[in-house]
This record gives sequence, C-alpha cells and structure tokens, in this order.
Amino acid sequence: MKLHEYQSKQLFARYGIPIPKGRVATTATEARQIAEELGGRVVIKSQVLVGGRGKVGGIRLAKSPKETEEVATQILAMEIKGLPVRKVLVDEAANIEQEIYLGITNDRAARRPVMMASAAGGVEIEEVARTTPEKIIKVHIDPLLGLRDFQARDIALGIDLPRDHWKLFGSIASGLWKAYSNNDATLAEINPLVITKEKQLVALDGKMLVDDCALFRHADLAEMRDVDEEVAAETEARKYGLSYIKLEGQIGCMVNGAGLAMTTMDIVKLFGGEPANFLDIGGGAGADKVAAALRIILSDPNVKAILFNIFGGITRCDEVAKGILSAFAEVKPKLPMVVRLVGTNAGLGRQLLADANMITADTLVDAAQKAVAATK
Amino acid sequence: MSILVDKNTRLLVQGITGNEGLFHTQQMLAYCTKVVAGTSPGKGGEWVLDGKVPVFDSVRAAVEATGANTSVIFVPARFAPDAMYESADAGIPLIVCITEGIPVQDMMRVREYLDQKQVRLVGPNCPGLLTPGEAKVGIIPGNISIPGDVGVVSRSGTLTYEVLYALMQQKMGVTTCVGIGGDPINGTNFIDCLDMFENDPHTEKVVLIGEIGGTDEEKAAMFIAKNMTKPVVSFIAGQTAPPGKRMGHAGAIIEGGAGTAADKIKALEASGVRVAKHPEEIPFLIK
Repeated sequence: MKLHEYQSKQLFARYGIPIPKGRVATTATEARQIAEELGGRVVIKSQVLVGGRGKVGGIRLAKSPKETEEVATQILAMEIKGLPVRKVLVDEAANIEQEIYLGITNDRAARRPVMMASAAGGVEIEEVARTTPEKIIKVHIDPLLGLRDFQARDIALGIDLPRDHWKLFGSIASGLWKAYSNNDATLAEINPLVITKEKQLVALDGKMLVDDCALFRHADLAEMRDVDEEVAAETEARKYGLSYIKLEGQIGCMVNGAGLAMTTMDIVKLFGGEPANFLDIGGGAGADKVAAALRIILSDPNVKAILFNIFGGITRCDEVAKGILSAFAEVKPKLPMVVRLVGTNAGLGRQLLADANMITADTLVDAAQKAVAATK
Repeated sequence: MSILVDKNTRLLVQGITGNEGLFHTQQMLAYCTKVVAGTSPGKGGEWVLDGKVPVFDSVRAAVEATGANTSVIFVPARFAPDAMYESADAGIPLIVCITEGIPVQDMMRVREYLDQKQVRLVGPNCPGLLTPGEAKVGIIPGNISIPGDVGVVSRSGTLTYEVLYALMQQKMGVTTCVGIGGDPINGTNFIDCLDMFENDPHTEKVVLIGEIGGTDEEKAAMFIAKNMTKPVVSFIAGQTAPPGKRMGHAGAIIEGGAGTAADKIKALEASGVRVAKHPEEIPFLIK
C-alpha cells in the first residue's frame, strides 16, 4: 500500500525527522488560508500516488496567499497520469543549499533491509543508479540488530556530509529506520533531504510503501488507504479476498492460484488472444467467491469471453462445478464461457457445465484455443 | 530415492487442530506419510483423527516424545513466524511453511535466525514437498504424480500441480517435487534444489518452474551452466504481466525493470536450458 507524501511526512515527524511546516488542503480557499498562516513563500504540491509530479507542473511555488489560491486552483483541476488531483499539500518553502537522497528498502537478493544515500538528491534514485551508481552508498542492516549508529556515520562519511551535520543526520537516519521497521514498510524514502541555507536538515519530500500483509497489526495505517487512487474493481476484489489486476485484452480469466493465473494469461496470448485481467480466486472456489469474481470481470466492458481454469487436485470438481453454476445463476453472464476443470471427478464436473451450455475443455491448450475462438 | 523428504521422514504438524491442518494431516496420512505428532498450544494430551496422531502443547515436547525430524506449518500468518522460531529452537532441521501472507520484515528476521541455527526452511507461501510413493509434506495432491526420475522445483502452487499432471499424462514420474514458495524472502531456493537434484543418483532430469520477480531464475541459470550435468527444462510464468503490479504472489512483481519473464528466459536459454512455451509442452522437451 502506498502512502501519500503528506501521510509519509507526518509519520516521519513522529520519529523525530524534521519536516516543513504545512498542511493538506482540498480546496483553493483552504490552501490560501494555510499560506496566510505560514506567511512567506510556500510550495503547493499535488497529492497523487504517482511519481514525476514535478515534471508535469504538479509542484509549484507561490509568493503570496493570493498566488497560492491561483496555483492551487490550477493544480486541483489537474489529472496526473490518469489520477485526478484531489488534495494539495501547502508547505513553507525552504532555502535549499544541498539536496540529499536517503531511503530504506528491502533488498530481496540480500534478504535484508538496505539503507541507501546519495549526495545527488532530488532526482529519482533509479535514475542515479542507472547513470552514476558510484554516487549511491548502500549499507545493509541486520534485521535482528537494526540500524546501528556507526552505520549512519558510515553513510554520512560516504556522501561527504560536513561534520557539523553528522549528529542531526544520525538522528534522522535512526528515525527513518524506526519509521520503516515499526510500520512494516517496504520502502521509506526522503528525497530530497535538504540542507538549508540556515544549516538545518529538513525532509522536503517523503514516500512510504507499507507491506499489505502486515496491515493486520497497523490499523492506523490501514485507515490511510486512499481508495480513490485505486482501480475500483481492484478495491472490490480485495474485499472478497480475490487478487485482481485489470489489463487491456478481451478474454477475462478466472483461475485458482497466482502462478497458474499468470500462465493462463500467457497461454491466451500464445494462441493469439489478449488477457483482460489477472484474477486469482485462491483456494476453495465456493459459489460466493466465483460470483464476486464474475461480477468484477464483467465490470470490464472490453471482455468478450471468460476463461475459467481450475486445477482442483484433491478438490472434487463436481462440487466446484456446482459452485460455478450457482454463481452463474446469480450473475447471469451473457458471454461465452470456456471452463477447464482438472481434479477428482473432473468428468462429472465437466458434464454438469456442458449441460448448462458452457464450453468445456480438457487441456490448457484446448481451453486457450477455445477461448480465443469464442472472441472471434 | 529423493531429496529432503522420504519414508524416513517423521513429520510434525504445527497447527494440527485447525481446519487446514487437520484436513491435510488426513491427506498426508492417507499417502502413508509418517505423521508422528501435531502441536496446538492448549490442546496437549488430546489425539486427532481417531487416535492416529497425538497433540502436544509445544514443539519441544513433541520432539522429545516422538523424535519428529521435520515440521510442516499450517498456522495463520500472524502466528507463523513464532511457529518457525519454535521449531528451530526445538532442533527440527527441516521446516516446511505452507502459510501465505507473512509480513516480509518478519521473514527477514526468521530467515536470519534460521540461518544462524542452520535450519533448512522450505517456503513460506508454498505447497510443500512430494516424494511420490514415499511421503507428502504439505498440500500437493498425491494423485497427480507417480514415482520416476524427474526432479521438480517451483515457486508456484497450482501451476506446479499442472506440471506434475502433464508429466503423469505422459507416464513420466518424479523423484521429489519441491514447492519453494512465492514470497520475496523464502528459505530453500532454486540453487539449493538444483544442487540436491544434481547429487541425487535417482534424479536424471530436472524441471524448474519460475515466474516474474527477483533474480533467482537468473542465478539458477548461472548455476546450471557451471555445475549441472543433468538436463534442465523450464517454464517461466508471467510473460504478459504488466510492470509494477504484484501478480498474486508477494514476490511476483517486476520492479524497476528487473524481474521480467523475458530476462529470465534469455538467461536460462543461454545456459542450455530448454524453456517450454506452456506447461503441457514440458514432458515433450524432457524426452
């Protein structure tokens, strides 16, 4: 789950990381009021869950409350990478002397968190990694020990941070580690962390990704989820414990298991079709789940046929077939349905479905070919 | 012959009184796996499945009483890390964790601790292991595979079943099938299994089922080129997966342009691995 910039920075502040004064506004009038309270120059920042806001004019400076209102009006009318801007963050503007990058993420290959820093802050770290990888300092953190003070000093040294900033940098690094580990983040990033002309260190921007699997122990974070920013069908799917991702093709796929769901998409493509979605209905293809999955797939107007691939194994396929039939009776889809069932009593299951005018298939290849043919 | 589990496996089921644990214990027993004990804190002293398996309060007590040497975990995600720590602490050398949805930071700590104790973990978020005709540890259906000379290792669940089934349709059997799981941080990886299959005298060929995300398939390809004398056939799921989206499995995500199916297929083919276009093609590539 992604957090907005303002949410990430508020969280960082709880761990002692200095952030600029400012607040979120949903209207231009509100933005003006915040600018009045802050006095002086402000920066108005669109709050959408995509990168590259600055490049498209989603982050702008204003010198007065009046200008703030004008700029906020424009930004609140924007759409950035398909997402309408619903909120802006109005922060006091900083006098920037230097921009630093500081972040923690999971290093999958090393199986440890890694803290990364670079004196070349303000640009995307992926960009720095591509062009000047030597400018990135990486320190792996023992998951049982956490970030140690000496590691923070090593990072400060590595990015040539002047000595008089070490103490504050150490406390920011330690705060970022706590924000990351206490909140089950998969990414906690300050970019840029700036040194101001007044010789202060401030986190101007913040980004956090939180592990969805850990939300059970972070009720406060779970509440921060901004469903306005998600594809509605994906939000709906999550409610039913389904994993759904919308794609651009015409063949809706409903499969048990993530690996098999990807494979089903791939094989549809291999035989000349385009998958409309990824959908894993998980274990136990009960009627309720199948009905929910069907409704979600049918909410996509591009879908011309549905391919149902269930590898039951020990699950009885006649039971699965009955589940499918009762879901179909409820949702009444009018599109061609191709169903492939494998497992105990598969023949019986297939017969039940064939009797209900569904196209049944024996192998994966057979199913994919029949589904592609059904869209022609 | 086989790797990791066989007829000498003395299995402990953690979470044996839960729905999943109980159902699959029954299935594992029906496959003649030696399930010697189960744990369920607060239910020690009871027996399940008509007195077939004794239940203990702790792993330590179960090991002392029954000599269990392998543990399979069916407890919910929030309790699974503790279950793994408990088994490692009780001296169990092989832990198989079926549970899906364990927070990744928990898994980093668990893996670190298990490595220090030199405990082997298979999973989490995996279907477990099947040595056809000898032992079934986990949830892989027993009726879709027969004994033979193919070693199978996979990051997936039902996709693995699909491959076992396709092999069986062509009368091809398996030494051991290992589901290593779909999480970004897991225990046993491809290379561990390839190494074990290479050294197992009964395994003649290997099937490796990968998917998008991470770089384990690329590392496996390098290992194959350098160390494997036995032929390897592969399939990689997720060629049509869009970048930046998690495809069901926590570990199945293309991040920063890395982890694509195309990269993995290229690396494997460069190492002499034959990569199938779809799972049903696999048996024909091994022959």
